[in-house]
Amino acid sequence: MATQHSRSAARLMMAPAVILLLGWMLVPLTMTLFFSFKKYLPLRGDSVANGLEWVGFANYARFLSSSSFWPSVQATLIIVGGVLVITIVFGILLAILLDQPMWGQGVVRIMVIAPFFVMPTVSALVWKNMFMDPTNGILAHLWKAFGAEPVQWLSQASLPSLILIVSWQWLPFATLILLTAIQSLDSEQLEAAEMDGAPVLKRFWFIILPHLSRAITIVILIQTIFLLAIFAEIFVTTGGAFGTKTLSYLIFQRVLESQNVGLGSAGGVYAIILANILAVLLMRVVGKNLDA
Amino acid sequence: MGRIVLDQVSKSFGEVEVIPPLDLTIDDGEFTVFVGPSGCGKSTLLRLIAGLEDTTSGHIRIDGEDATNVSPAKRGLAMVFQSYALYPHMSVRKNIAFPMRMAKMSQEEQDKRIDAAAKALNLTDYLDRRPGQLSGGQRQRVAIGRAIVREPSAFLFDEPLSNLDAALRVGMRMEISELHKKLDTTMIYVTHDQVEAMTMADKIVVLQAGVIEQVGTPLELYRTPRNVFVAGFIGSPKMNLIEGAEAAKHDAHTIGIRPEHIDVSTTEGLWQGTVGVAEHLGSDTFIHIHGVPGCEPMTVRTDGEFGVKHGDTVYLTPNLAHLHRFDAEGLRLE
Ligand SMILES: Nc1ncnc2c1ncn2[C@@H]1O[C@H](COP(=O)(O)OP(=O)(O)O)[C@@H](O)[C@H]1O
Ligand SMILES: [Mg+2]
Repeated sequence: MATQHSRSAARLMMAPAVILLLGWMLVPLTMTLFFSFKKYLPLRGDSVANGLEWVGFANYARFLSSSSFWPSVQATLIIVGGVLVITIVFGILLAILLDQPMWGQGVVRIMVIAPFFVMPTVSALVWKNMFMDPTNGILAHLWKAFGAEPVQWLSQASLPSLILIVSWQWLPFATLILLTAIQSLDSEQLEAAEMDGAPVLKRFWFIILPHLSRAITIVILIQTIFLLAIFAEIFVTTGGAFGTKTLSYLIFQRVLESQNVGLGSAGGVYAIILANILAVLLMRVVGKNLDA
Repeated sequence: MGRIVLDQVSKSFGEVEVIPPLDLTIDDGEFTVFVGPSGCGKSTLLRLIAGLEDTTSGHIRIDGEDATNVSPAKRGLAMVFQSYALYPHMSVRKNIAFPMRMAKMSQEEQDKRIDAAAKALNLTDYLDRRPGQLSGGQRQRVAIGRAIVREPSAFLFDEPLSNLDAALRVGMRMEISELHKKLDTTMIYVTHDQVEAMTMADKIVVLQAGVIEQVGTPLELYRTPRNVFVAGFIGSPKMNLIEGAEAAKHDAHTIGIRPEHIDVSTTEGLWQGTVGVAEHLGSDTFIHIHGVPGCEPMTVRTDGEFGVKHGDTVYLTPNLAHLHRFDAEGLRLE
């Protein structure tokens, strides 16, 4: 009795949140789906009030046949993958470093977290103008100091540069999560491994890394969600040129530059499909780490 | 193989000297127990021997060779931790195999030793489980198994039974003692529980604040405690320590008499007191008696059928053959 009673009470109390969340997701999703099957060019006089022309899968076919589509999927995957690799490798190294007892630990930890608080637009601008500018940037000066020709970072090495900028933003997040995970490792396990004859690298490989697997999984899943949608960094630095046009940036261009809502919506649906393929893949590969 | 000698070994953490310089010899094949109250430096001493802490001064010799600066892995010692320190993501088999894998031992040899250890420790059915799926006693056995397969020259145990329930503890106590008889390897065992020390040890080392108070066999410590601390620490229930006029009668600052060395009578005796709490264990009864000058309360042991109740007057007579005398510094007087 009591449990059934409290269960229905719980359902009742959760209802507003569930309804809100569902509405939040379902309304935009259905609208996107709806528009993706319509011809909707607001500047040519199309409007919802006048009724939109049903075009079937024409928008989908057109988005797919665009010469920018597959390169944009590729750019998206390269950026997501590159940033994940960099943030996790360096995140683990930084976390191990920050876990060592050292002087000024508190201050150092706050400084490591700092980039996370800088807005993406600002950090991209800082990188673009202060570091990567081919005439005035710090990197250009560094190159010149060694007598080398300064690199045109954002045009000659656009994807690596973008990955660098985004990694810089996300490294604190990865570091923070991995640091808390490392701190929860029982030091007696490391001591036991040491007595069992495992040198430093083997202790890392056999004890620390398995212990971090769950935290790494969480970092991968959360970052992937956000990295699929990066926008400001591209907008501010290359504007989608030099092969840095990601799927979300392509959608933005279709909708705003060519004022084609239907086409953009079809792109949005592709983005959803891509995100879900990635999600299923990731859960297959790393999801088992989440089981207790 | 397995003779460990500590020569003027000391340990400080920063300014705090946890272990002042001490000497200690642990003979090959001996079961040595470090016992003392919490925080007295037992674990630190064990970790110094293991090599997990660096000595501040002094030398540690294992089988005649100076091991002071030898890494823990190379000392040939195996340790069982209080938390067991099993590797949670590895199966029991992999846990036990880990030290052999690190030593690059052949697969057949590994399997042979794992099977032997699993059989000896009743773990055969659990080899493919994770530590998280085992009970406390089983985890304990896995930790011991991981130590056995290395065939170390000495085993180090740090309060291995303190996380087990009382019944299991008695069982594991026997198992470890039997293991020692079978392997005949040096074992150093840390505990704060003097019952464990008394029942398991060949040699007990009593520690207080990092200082060795006494080294001896369990019966030596029981019969001739070197000072008041050891007298009060070894034996259960605790020895009654009496100061003042009663002690002066025996030319001592403090006298001690164990509960089992006092005769209780309801009619006549040397001291008079009233019964406080009586603890009935069935075979024995421990009675706490109030009103004896210089000792509050005094504990005595009687047989289980002795019928007194709260508030009764009883008379006590110590067995003078078992009286311990101590001077003002707390040292034993002969
Ligand atoms: N790493 C450490 N740093 C500072 N003090 C320590 C450290 N380890 C132990 N101590 C101190 O040394 C003393 C002895 O500790 P320990 O050997 O763990 O005692 P026991 O095992 O007998 O309970 C304690 O007072 C403890 O606070
Ligand atoms: Mg301890």
